[in-house]
This record gives sequence, structure tokens and C-alpha cells, in this order.
Amino acid sequence: MTSLALAARPFEFFLTQYRRVWRGTAVTSVVTPIVYLLALGVGLGVFVDRSTDLAEGISYLEFVAPGLMAATAMQLAMFESSWPVLSAIKWDRQYHAMLATPLRVGDVLLGHQAFIGGRILMTATVYLVVITAFGAIASPLGVLAIPVALLVGLSFSLPIAAWAAHSESEASFVAIFRFLILPMFLFSGTFFPISNLPAPLEVMAFLTPLWHGVTLCRDLTLGDVELWSALAHVGYLLACCAVGLALARMTYRRRLVV
Amino acid sequence: MAGQNGHPLISARGLVKRFGDFTAVDAIDFDVRRGEAFGFLGPNGAGKTSTMRMIGCVSPVTDGTLSVFGLDPVREGVNIRARLGVVPQQDTLDMELTVRENVVIYGRYFGLPRKELGARADELLEFVELTERAHDKVEPLSGGMKRRLTIARSLVNDPEVMLLDEPTTGLDPQARHVVWDRLYRLKRQGVTLLLTTHYMDEAEQLCDRLVVMDKGIIVAEGSPRELIERYSTREVVELRFDDGRRPDDFGYWTEGLVSRVESLPDRVLLYTDDGDAASHGIHERGLTPESILVRRSTLEDVFLHLTGRSLVE
Repeated sequence: MTSLALAARPFEFFLTQYRRVWRGTAVTSVVTPIVYLLALGVGLGVFVDRSTDLAEGISYLEFVAPGLMAATAMQLAMFESSWPVLSAIKWDRQYHAMLATPLRVGDVLLGHQAFIGGRILMTATVYLVVITAFGAIASPLGVLAIPVALLVGLSFSLPIAAWAAHSESEASFVAIFRFLILPMFLFSGTFFPISNLPAPLEVMAFLTPLWHGVTLCRDLTLGDVELWSALAHVGYLLACCAVGLALARMTYRRRLVV
Repeated sequence: MAGQNGHPLISARGLVKRFGDFTAVDAIDFDVRRGEAFGFLGPNGAGKTSTMRMIGCVSPVTDGTLSVFGLDPVREGVNIRARLGVVPQQDTLDMELTVRENVVIYGRYFGLPRKELGARADELLEFVELTERAHDKVEPLSGGMKRRLTIARSLVNDPEVMLLDEPTTGLDPQARHVVWDRLYRLKRQGVTLLLTTHYMDEAEQLCDRLVVMDKGIIVAEGSPRELIERYSTREVVELRFDDGRRPDDFGYWTEGLVSRVESLPDRVLLYTDDGDAASHGIHERGLTPESILVRRSTLEDVFLHLTGRSLVE
């Protein structure tokens, strides 16, 4: 039995559980991009476009929309990999139910992450559709922003799941959100180019997976993408996923195999 | 095939489980035969749950050997778990799903086809008398119903062996009897039952054979009747005294009447084969306790004799 066939089973559990709440999340994933694009892209955009010239006639809406899409993938990953992981270990203990059956720790991790990946894919797809409806896509290459958003999401959900499996309580999640996720959301190139930051902060922003995701999503939707830089961004995101996966395997095993 | 022709289905030799410096299970040996109900009786912290978790292949063996269905839990964990039905001490039901969905999704973990699982779930819910709640969420169910659902769920893969860790802890007496009744039926159908308990009545009701565990070791092994015959007398006289009226020494009062005296904080137990004669005898010698109760020996008395402590503290 391959690992993927086994991982399909926990995936099915999370899907079954999701069926109970999907309507609410579907509404959220349509409304959120509309609200953000109206407020920032259209509302704030009027002022930005009047006072600065971004580059070759790009509107602020076109600039900010792909960034928001990548940042949304990050935020969704944060929520889906923190509380639900700790709950499956500690409160509702669904992982323990799975591990009493032929499933192994690796299958449980993979199945759960596959579900989170699916959620990110869906949300990113809806985001791109809304951006297109706002007329903020310049190139058909923009459709590739969806898999890039998935990579951004996984580069966060894997290390966050690793942390959650290591945690005793949810207290640290709020801290992670406030001191890591929120600053990244604001300062990783989503709303303005990181070259506007002071040099040390620019270096830090450059190191975040989000900046690579935002930049690549933007290059793709604007149709202004170079192969080598795109490969470098994808490589960086994949490396972050690989490190996250290794960490998650370790903390899951430590927590669940005692 | 291992497990048949009288070979033990589960076998442990020198089985050890350590957590850091703490030794939870300290080199125990036991064999479980196909079709029997085998119990681990002992107080909390005796090492029962650790033993069960090693048999269930969710907790690695620290030392010694363990074989389940003749297989090695380290290399064959997946294949062993496919043939087990696990009722853990702490429920692992999904509160958001319905009763029926909980059974179906659990069957999916075993790779059973969804088509078959619908009928299977209905059949199992009927067995545990939860048919009427099939489409309700799990959250509002009573403790007894949740336990029954966990039992139904654990049967979805038609297990050869059920691992029941404290199956009725926290249930009221009526709910316990319903659970016991279902376990009886499973035993009659040939399912091997392994259970841990700190209730002596549960052990007496359900187990063909049991081991008494204390502080990680096995202190006695046998059928409930054998254990009582070996480590206790046929009857027990329980004496209770008003404050300050309890003698310090029972030697004079019980000399020649009983075979052993066990002095507990709240009562005194006199072990004898004829309880009425003993209580009559101490009365004649002028001892006047507040109350006298003559009863049969139980596994509680066995445990007390072996360890000097009560099972439930």
C-alpha cells in the first residue's frame, strides 16, 4: 500500500468534516477578495495612482491584487494548520482515532496537509476569478498564480503544523499571528515594493516566503515574468516546504508516537 | 497460522515500557489465547494502558518481545492494526460529524469501500442500540452512548481482537451493564477481548483470565475464581467502628476464628471460610462494632492481599 493511497483516507475525513461548514467558507472566500480589492485596489488606488507612477502604466489595483492573493493563501494556511492540528492531537483527538487503524503518522500528516492544500487551491482560484472580474489581470500567465499561491500556503502550513504539533496550548498561535504573519502581510511587498523599506528590513522581507510568492504572483498576472527569476522563487518556496515537511514529520512523530 | 491450534494469539516476554527515567511496564510476561476474555486489573498507574498501547502498535516497545497474531509490532504495525478493534480510554469520536458518519469514516481508515460501509454502519448501530440517533451529532450524546458508539466504530473492520481500555470508567451503573452485555455477545461470537479495568466487578463479570498489575509488574495471574481461592478466603467479615471504639489490636478478638485480619482506615476485614461463625465468635468475646457485614471474597480482596492497598483509592 503506497503512502499516498493511505493519506487519501485522512484527507477524506477532513473533507467530510468540511462538508458541514463549506457554505460559510465559500461565501468568505468570495466576499474577502471583493472587499479587499474595493478598499485597497479601487479606493486607495485612486490616490496612489494620482500621486505616483508605479511602472509602465500599472495601476495600484493591478499591483496590489496578486499580492493580496498570495497573502490570503498564507493567512488561510495559518488558520488551517494551527488550531485544527492541535485539536486533532489534544482536544478532539481525531489523529489518535486514525492511528489506531492501519494509518501511520506520515499518512495522517500528509492527508491533513493535502486537505489544507485543497482549501488553499480553492480559495486562490476564487481570488483569481474575482481579480479577473476587476479587470486587474494583464496576462493569461496569471492563471499560474494559483499553483504559486498553493506553494506559498504550504510553505507556511507545513512549518506551522510542525509548531502546532509541538505546542501544549493555543496561546502561541495568537503570538505567531501577531508577530510573524501580520508583519509579513504588511511588509513583504504586498502593498508596496520592499525597496521602500530601510535596508535591514528589506533583507528580512526578502527572506520571507511570502515576498517570493507575492513577487512571482505579480510577475505572472502582469505578464512580466523572467524564467530564471520565476524558477528561483519557486525553488525558494519549495525549499521552505521541504524544511517545513521535515520539521512536521519530526514533531508529529515525537508527539504521537510515545 | 499463528493463533490457532492453541498457540497464543498475543504473547509478551519481558515486555518493558519506559518514559525517560520512569518505567511504566517492568518486564511482564503474558499469553492471550484466541476467543478468551483477558483482563489487566490494577489501579491507575499500574501500567495497564501502556501495555494496551504497545499491543495496539501505537506505542513502541522499549524492551523485551511482543508478538500479536504472531507478527512483530515494529515491522507489521499496519497489518496488526488492520485486525484490531480499539476502544481507547479517552474517546476519539468526532463531535461535529453524525453518529453514522463517525462509523463510516472510521471504516474508510481501514480502506473498506464506502458502498459496504453504509449497511455495515447501520448494522453496528443497531447492535449498540443507537439506530435512532444515527443522524444526530455526537456532541450531545450521553457518556454511555458515546462509549457504545466507540464500540460500534471499533467493530467496523470485523476485528479478531478487541482492545478495551477502561471500557466503562465514568459510566453510571445502568450504562455499564449495557456495555457489558454487548461485550458478552461479542465474546460469544468468538471475538477475543482484552480489557483493562480498575473495577473488580468488571473483571469478575467479563474476564475468563486476568493478570493483576501493580507498579508495572504482574503480581498474580489466573481466572477470577482461582485468584480468589489462592489469595483470599471464601468469605469476609467487614467491621466498622464508631470513632474511638476501635481496638488497636485484633489478636485477642479473632484468635482461632479467622485466617487473616486486614486493617483499613475506615473498616477492618476478617478473612475466613465461615463468616457467620466468625462474626458470632467475636460477638461472644464481647467485641461490639457499629456494623458487621458478611460477604463473599472478591478480586478487591485479592488485590488488597497482594499489594496491601485498595484498587480504587
